[in-house]
Amino acid sequence: MRSAPATALRLAAVGFGAALACGPLVRAVENGCTACHLELDGPLAEPARLFPDDVHAARGLSCHDCHGGDPGTMDMEAAMSPQKGFKAAPRDGREVVALCASCHSDPVYMRRFAPSLRIDQMAEYRSSVHGKRLFGSGDPNVATCVSCHGVHDIRAVSSPQARVYPTRIAETCAACHADAARMKPYGRATDQYEKYRRSVHADLLYRQRDVSAPTCNDCHGNHGASPPGGGAVVNVCGQCHTFFKQYFLESPHREPFESIGQCIHCHGNHDVESPTDEWIGTGSRAVCVQCHSSGDAGYAAAELIHGRIVTLNEAVERAAGLLDRAEQAGMEVAEPRFELRDANQSLVKARSLIHTLNPARVVERVDEGLAVAVKVERAGLDALAELAFRRRGLLLFLVLILGLMAGLIWKIRERRRTR
Amino acid sequence: MSPVPRDLLQSLRRFVEERVDLSALRHMAREKEVPQHRHSFWYYFGGMALFLLIVQMVTGILLLLYYRPSAEEAFESVQFIMTRVEFGWLIRSVHSWAANLLIAVLFVHMFSAFLMKAYRRPREITWMTGVVLFALMLGFGFSGYLLPWNELAYFATRVGTAIAAAMPLAGEFFLRFLRAGDEVSGATLARFYGLHVAVLPAITLAVLAVHLLLVQQHGMSVPPSEERRHSGKVPAMRFVPDYILRDLVGWLAALAALALLAALFPWELGKKADPFQAVPVGIKPEWYFLFMFQSLKLLPPHLFGIEWLEGEVVGILVFTAAGGAWLLVPFLDRRTARGERSRLFTVAGVLALLFIIVMTVLGYVLE
Repeated sequence: MRSAPATALRLAAVGFGAALACGPLVRAVENGCTACHLELDGPLAEPARLFPDDVHAARGLSCHDCHGGDPGTMDMEAAMSPQKGFKAAPRDGREVVALCASCHSDPVYMRRFAPSLRIDQMAEYRSSVHGKRLFGSGDPNVATCVSCHGVHDIRAVSSPQARVYPTRIAETCAACHADAARMKPYGRATDQYEKYRRSVHADLLYRQRDVSAPTCNDCHGNHGASPPGGGAVVNVCGQCHTFFKQYFLESPHREPFESIGQCIHCHGNHDVESPTDEWIGTGSRAVCVQCHSSGDAGYAAAELIHGRIVTLNEAVERAAGLLDRAEQAGMEVAEPRFELRDANQSLVKARSLIHTLNPARVVERVDEGLAVAVKVERAGLDALAELAFRRRGLLLFLVLILGLMAGLIWKIRERRRTR
Repeated sequence: MSPVPRDLLQSLRRFVEERVDLSALRHMAREKEVPQHRHSFWYYFGGMALFLLIVQMVTGILLLLYYRPSAEEAFESVQFIMTRVEFGWLIRSVHSWAANLLIAVLFVHMFSAFLMKAYRRPREITWMTGVVLFALMLGFGFSGYLLPWNELAYFATRVGTAIAAAMPLAGEFFLRFLRAGDEVSGATLARFYGLHVAVLPAITLAVLAVHLLLVQQHGMSVPPSEERRHSGKVPAMRFVPDYILRDLVGWLAALAALALLAALFPWELGKKADPFQAVPVGIKPEWYFLFMFQSLKLLPPHLFGIEWLEGEVVGILVFTAAGGAWLLVPFLDRRTARGERSRLFTVAGVLALLFIIVMTVLGYVLE
């Protein structure tokens, strides 16, 4: 049984915890700004309704931290008096950016709330296409902080509710970039979002729920959003595809592809597909034939690489199929199946080595995988042969037993007849 | 045959008879008779069960030579038996199939004995030891299923042992007793191994000895209907060699079924158990536990909407009570004990059989 002081202590601890957790909420409700604004209709009530769930409210900030004024009074004139430092809502994009930056670019202030948060967003923003237009021509249509993060319902970037959470970023960008009327003055295409949704990256992000899959900001940057410049694409893709980048930079394509989009030239940009072995080679779906034609060295190299990769792929599939058949028939093939992983690994490596455009390196890796695949195929065939042997043996045994049974039954009948 | 081996055999027989009194055995072979009637066929299932139990003992001892009972090595050692040990695949496949056949044959043997009222006086203890043997075989099945330490076995054991936790009062104790801890782990494997190869065999041999001794003492029971039909003078056949020959046919039939199953459906090993993996979809116990599992699954969480009347707990209590009643049938069925017709118990037996069949089928059909 618990003692009374212990129970009292527990209750006190629970009460203290609840007070801490509800602190910002209580403060928001007791705040004169929210008390009045919640009484109003339409858009004037919305900030007071939304703000309790805002990340700033959770950190203890309140209306007056951005808007000034005196939240401690219910007198509207006094609360919104310029003498109390009241500032109206920012009038344009520049004022929005300046207001946010007044805290977010201040390392001393930010250290109090989020010491690990970067404070160079403003500098980055100024370097972005958005920032350049805002501060250059004063374009009122460009995105500012609130366009992506929201106004009074800002969430931490790590929150799935945030407009800038990986699974929501593309929609946030598309709100402007897929709007044909909005993009018309800039002469920009508006199909990026539609294309992205078809890409292998979107498949990873939305269907397989892999939040590390790239979305708009991973390639374009976020606060410094711009298209990757010519020659920088390989660095953008190379953030994740490190080996492809390394192989590409070692390849003879490095220089000629500098001016034609590097990775994008073969793989596309927003609608990056999962490549197949048909992309390499000289077939109708091959990307190589866009530039190479019969007789040149690149054409021959593409043909050779395609042939070897396909050979290895077929050998791996054949071996896997045999193991599947043997396994379904109850044979134990865990060991060759484990070895088959090495052949698969060689296939993956050979496919990535395509980016070196060096047939010798690809062939070396393919041969390594082929040796394993052939061994596994033999193990699969052996397993099936063993299965057939076992079945024959057991069926022979069965015949023997049935013969014995028949003999016994004959003997029983014989005895019955004799009696 | 040359005279030398015959002499040798006679010398050997003399040698044995001088030292061991075989007259009782000889008497039994000469005099023992087995009733012969329309339902004699069901007698042979007892012999088949005994044969399969011997197969289990022999193959189990052979598996024991290579099996290693730890979470780290169990799966690999079974894999080794199946791939590296000469005829290891056959031994394991036969052991697994024979276990299932044994329980199937025991179901038939037990229900046929029940419906033929073989439990009536003076065979009450024969019946009770038979029921205990059946429970022991289920224990063998449950403990042996985990030993390969594969995914299906691991999660089925987790689900199976969790059911024990729902038992009122002693649930938590049973759960911890079975699992040797809070979770199914290497400690559970070691415990199940100990039960499977030492505790259960020792108890089984003792109970089996009593069961067989009583069968020999009382002879085969004749169903009351056949006794009435033949006015108490039921025809009989000699135990040696007539019954033995017929019994041998049953043994060979069991062996043939084993060979056929091992040839066409070798027992798979599956994937090694990974306790950190999510429970695979559609996990269910072995077929002989499925009727209980399915019944518990079909029961609502709270019976008749009453908060404290938990469906699972009631289900477990009902099964426990039914098991107890099944064990004590010779003392509950008073009409049969008095030599009268007992339709109630016949109907109850048929209903129990139907219930088991329907629930087992539902367990496979309803995913």
